[in-house]
Amino acid sequence: MAHIELKGITKTFGTHTALKDLSFEIADGEFFVLLGETGAGKTTTLRLIAGLEKPTGGQIFIDGEDVADWGAAERDVALVLQQYSLYPRYTVRENLEFPLKSRIRRVEPVEIKERVARAARTLRIEHLLDRKTDRLSGGEMQRVSIGRAIVRKPRVFLMDEPLSALDAKLREALRTELKNLQMNLGATFLFVTHDQIEAMSMGDKIGVLNNGQLVQTGTPQEIYGNPVNTFVARAVGSPPMNLISGRLAGSEAIADEGYRLPFGTAFGTAVDGRPLTFGIRPEDLFLESGAPGEARVHDVENHGVEKIVTLRTGNHFLQATVPAQTDLEIEESVRFSWNPEKVVLFDGGSGMSLRHAG
Amino acid sequence: MATVVMTSLDSKSRAASRGLSDIKIRNLFIVPTILFLIVFNIFPLIYSLGYSFTDFRASTNAPATFVGLQNYRELLNDPFIWANFAITAKYVIVSVTGQVVVGFGTAMLLNREIPFKGLITTLLLLPMMLSMAVVGLFWKLLYDPSFGIINYALGLGSFEWLANPDMALYAVAITDIWMWSPFVMLLSLAGLSAVPRHLYEAAAIDRAGPFYTFFRITLPLVAPILMIAIIFRTMEAFKTFDLAYILTSQPTTEVISIRLYKMAFQEWQTGRSCALAYIVLIMVLAITNIYVKYLNRVKER
Repeated sequence: MAHIELKGITKTFGTHTALKDLSFEIADGEFFVLLGETGAGKTTTLRLIAGLEKPTGGQIFIDGEDVADWGAAERDVALVLQQYSLYPRYTVRENLEFPLKSRIRRVEPVEIKERVARAARTLRIEHLLDRKTDRLSGGEMQRVSIGRAIVRKPRVFLMDEPLSALDAKLREALRTELKNLQMNLGATFLFVTHDQIEAMSMGDKIGVLNNGQLVQTGTPQEIYGNPVNTFVARAVGSPPMNLISGRLAGSEAIADEGYRLPFGTAFGTAVDGRPLTFGIRPEDLFLESGAPGEARVHDVENHGVEKIVTLRTGNHFLQATVPAQTDLEIEESVRFSWNPEKVVLFDGGSGMSLRHAG
Repeated sequence: MATVVMTSLDSKSRAASRGLSDIKIRNLFIVPTILFLIVFNIFPLIYSLGYSFTDFRASTNAPATFVGLQNYRELLNDPFIWANFAITAKYVIVSVTGQVVVGFGTAMLLNREIPFKGLITTLLLLPMMLSMAVVGLFWKLLYDPSFGIINYALGLGSFEWLANPDMALYAVAITDIWMWSPFVMLLSLAGLSAVPRHLYEAAAIDRAGPFYTFFRITLPLVAPILMIAIIFRTMEAFKTFDLAYILTSQPTTEVISIRLYKMAFQEWQTGRSCALAYIVLIMVLAITNIYVKYLNRVKER
């Protein structure tokens, strides 16, 4: 188990800068999720920590030691990749034994047997042990590849979108399994994903990565409730946070499209008249007869437990979650308002949250 | 059945307007090839099978008389023929082993990011593209005891490569290794570059050493294609004629095809040489079959 720290990591490939001055810390036993779009630099970060790539600048510390000159083997990390990387032509058992049989480690045969059995039990793949890896389904392959990581008791688990190639049901099941596994092992996990649901549901901490730069780190609640800028606001949450541009006048928010919504006096008059962006989560937007905002129903998505309504105000769209019983017609005229306490204010120009700036 | 899998001809195409149909076009392509095969391969094959049971001599006008299995019986009991087979076996083993070691080794060296990789690969492939006879003549000069560059470079004085009965077969094998290692290299390179990089990365993470990685990941994945290279090279080495014939005429380098050539065209024992050709054919088929069986087993694993 280990503590990881990245200090000012920069990585360039030719003229392309993949990571810019990246710094963050993962505490011992923490489940850290790196969230970002394709090409944001998530996988590069992982490969740098694993020792498969060398950083162009900056330092990586594992348990306080600078690991710049350590190879992948010495860093003692486990890496689970999206494409499984099972060794072909071997059985599941042979795959699980592989990391233990290397000369460098020298593990007693009795212990190998026991560790493989334990890993197989944990991941519920005992019935597959003698099967060839090419006869496995995607979910089974991914479990074997996770198994190959856990037989070893590495210092850190690095996972590169391990669930993204799986179908939805299995993804949910493995999500829970992985989280439980991490808690049982008490291990340090660095999990990379583009799926914000995975990030929210699994992470103790989330780091949001955009274009090779870390935008925000924090607990899922912090990231969700208090995004540092409009990018994070849109990146986390499904459907994402609504962003309404407008300004403040006294205790009222005036949207550029004309409607006025109530707003407290938390910010006083300091930002009156300045161009702002109001961020509001769909669940904090509600429909009510007599409410100040006016919109038309553009689309209704029924999710069973709730409905996601897309509202049209002039040229803009807002999304709100409403109870499943609510009856709505497309193009119906509705009135809406928000929960003013939940509104996040962003600067209209820079997109930075005023709460973080202040 | 064949028409079912064929894509049918577009009725508006130019070929269709000339009155051609799918079947006609197919036959146009296939019939000449089949005719060629029958005239130059299948007919001589069957004809020589007939001769192998006679005492026919192509140098005389005497009619061939049927002698049954006598040719086969005598050949298989001839210790000299068996000596030829032993020489051939030794040659095959030395030459194919050498080609696999050198070829696969070069492929391992080339299977990485190096400058001028394409150029180096092309240059290394050149020997394979030369004519056997040219290679033979060149190497005869290279091996020459008085002015050959090999003796000069190795400082061997006037060592007799080709006239030395113990060395001559190895000299021929070395030439064959020089010429055909690139072939093994080419196939191995294809196999090596097909091994996904992430497997090596996974192995590095799993703390496998270089030898462990080679024997547990690289070799098993390259084995099937390497096996194909070995099959081809064994078959070729088994029927080697030109290199050995041009380089030297030692009794210790008389591989089976040279014996066959002498029997057929110097001693004019046409019937008997047909029988010998059949024996060689059956042996090559048998060896190839063993390899193919093994190849399938490797592939299944």
